[in-house]
Amino acid sequence: MTNTLEVKGLRTHFFMRGGVVKAVDGVDFSIRKGEIMGLVGESGSGKSITGFSIIGLIDPPGEIIGGSIKFNGEEIANASEERLQKIRGDRIAMVFQDPMMTLNPVLRIDTQMIEAIEAHRSVSKQEAWTRARDTLGMVGIPSPDERMRAYPHQLSGGMRQRVAIATAFLNEPDLIIADEPTTALDVTIQAQIIYEAQNLCRRTGASLIWITHDLAVVAGLADHISVMYAGKVVEQGATDDVIDRPVHPYTVGLLGSVPTANKRGKRLYQISGMAPNMMALPEGCAFKERCPRRSPECEKTPEITNRHGRAFRCHHPHVEGQS
Amino acid sequence: MSTPLLEIRDVSKRFVKRLDVAGKIAARLGANIADETVHAVDGFSLAIEKGEVVGLVGESGCGKSTLGRVVAGIHAATEGQVFFEGEDIAAMSRTRRRDATLAIQMIFQDPFASLNPRMLVQDIIGEAARYHGLTTNSGLSDYVDEVMAKVGLDPSLKKRYPHQFSGGQRQRIGIARALAVKPKFLVCDEAIAALDVSIQAQVINLFMDLREEFDLTYLFISHDLSVVEHIADRVVIMYLGRIVENATTEDIFARPNHPYTQALLAEAPRLDQRKRDFAPIKGEIPSPLHPPGGCHFHPRCPHAMPRCASEVPQFKTVRAGHQSACHLNDES
Repeated sequence: MTNTLEVKGLRTHFFMRGGVVKAVDGVDFSIRKGEIMGLVGESGSGKSITGFSIIGLIDPPGEIIGGSIKFNGEEIANASEERLQKIRGDRIAMVFQDPMMTLNPVLRIDTQMIEAIEAHRSVSKQEAWTRARDTLGMVGIPSPDERMRAYPHQLSGGMRQRVAIATAFLNEPDLIIADEPTTALDVTIQAQIIYEAQNLCRRTGASLIWITHDLAVVAGLADHISVMYAGKVVEQGATDDVIDRPVHPYTVGLLGSVPTANKRGKRLYQISGMAPNMMALPEGCAFKERCPRRSPECEKTPEITNRHGRAFRCHHPHVEGQS
Repeated sequence: MSTPLLEIRDVSKRFVKRLDVAGKIAARLGANIADETVHAVDGFSLAIEKGEVVGLVGESGCGKSTLGRVVAGIHAATEGQVFFEGEDIAAMSRTRRRDATLAIQMIFQDPFASLNPRMLVQDIIGEAARYHGLTTNSGLSDYVDEVMAKVGLDPSLKKRYPHQFSGGQRQRIGIARALAVKPKFLVCDEAIAALDVSIQAQVINLFMDLREEFDLTYLFISHDLSVVEHIADRVVIMYLGRIVENATTEDIFARPNHPYTQALLAEAPRLDQRKRDFAPIKGEIPSPLHPPGGCHFHPRCPHAMPRCASEVPQFKTVRAGHQSACHLNDES
């Protein structure tokens, strides 16, 4: 079976006046049909830029300067704008953190959703309307007929995000990129949105990239997890492996930082220092200055090691059974 | 029982949006409009013992921040009283009230909005301490150094502006500003929500260290149950301005009583849960402009009965140290 998406050695840099920001600098992963991948990282790790690169939304001074993005076997890194417009919103769709980034505040929901269908399909207005209404119903919006006539400001934050997700699913895409779609929402609403997204993926067979900083969210949702740090994927593998048996010291630190019931009242593990300045990344491993396991070897950039179905970039990984 | 450090009794806070001129004319002409009242906090009572960490949990719009601001003296309560060390703050003498308000400090969510961008860090931290006579002009510099060191900031950075710091460092500046006036009670309003996971852990650890060092009492307001579970001794759950449950942290996580609490606990994502089928509760938090009658939670509650729509449930003890406001407790 071919992979829906294959990203190899992706590098997206921003050429700023003050220097080059290597926002994405070595990202590899692949997603099979119907799979859900969690892309986890802290702010500035390049996880959103990875998403933007895939869907072709990198504008100057940003540029994809290396690597390949194969979507259903077709190379789409630096594809023509014409080709990208055909793909965007049809075969690949994106859901943003802030639904008001997706929704036009001065157009009614029905206008926007019908537009998204008509851009890619030659159907009658009536068919498009019915399809839009049905999709709204699928994401759990009560009385979708009335909601179709509403403006975005008349909906709550959770409802707007549902509309954004419904719009993404309108043309039954093969791949959805969701960039922190629940970060601004309450716990109960977050649970509802995750539930709907999971259901829709199962029903339509779409693959999903869920970009987030919250490990707990992807632990319950994703099949695979890729952890990003300073523009590179530092660890990836099946969810159980990454969460229960992390090998990269950064992943170990990140997991230790999450408060859970069995750490109650104890000090949390803390990763010392802070994220490096992306304008002036250190030579070698970007994590070395915060890493408890560093050695002189870390002055060399670690290459990807593949072992037992998981990949990591580290000279001193935590081997299984050893903490 | 000793006097609680802080107690609020039947506190309500309402925000009223008055009609503008056009609205008044329209109302005069018979249009069906009136002043709009938001019941942000509705008859809330809570006592916090010295040294305790109380977690206040609720969804956005439930009034938890307003409650925190009433406690910190930023908003005056519309009704009800706030007691500090057994005394009603509103009835205190001027100097006593000044001491009480200094002793209650607040730490805000957004470390970008809560620091004056045009002030040097040393002024942000030192201004209140100098004004209130906690240090002298000549001792100010050392005093600021000491406070900065306490929160893990390098004192050599004190001649910088807030924009030269990262989010986690700014939050430390906000904490240093609060600590500089030697408070006894800290209201932390989503104080770590805006920070990255690894920085969150640093600030949570800092809060726990400071608690030990200065014998602080916290009201820790958060929407994040795992953080509250980690740091709090007691958890208070709030829904649409009212208290729905109050229990020790162990008790509330082991035996949640109120259906809303149960739903919150079930839906908080956890590291140890995999590929689960989410079956979330339906609906969203209703508008506080027109809250549903009876129990506010009844339109979303899986156990709703006819009386839930008409009768406000009593907040009463279900077992030692555990109170809840739900009609189900009358049934069995």
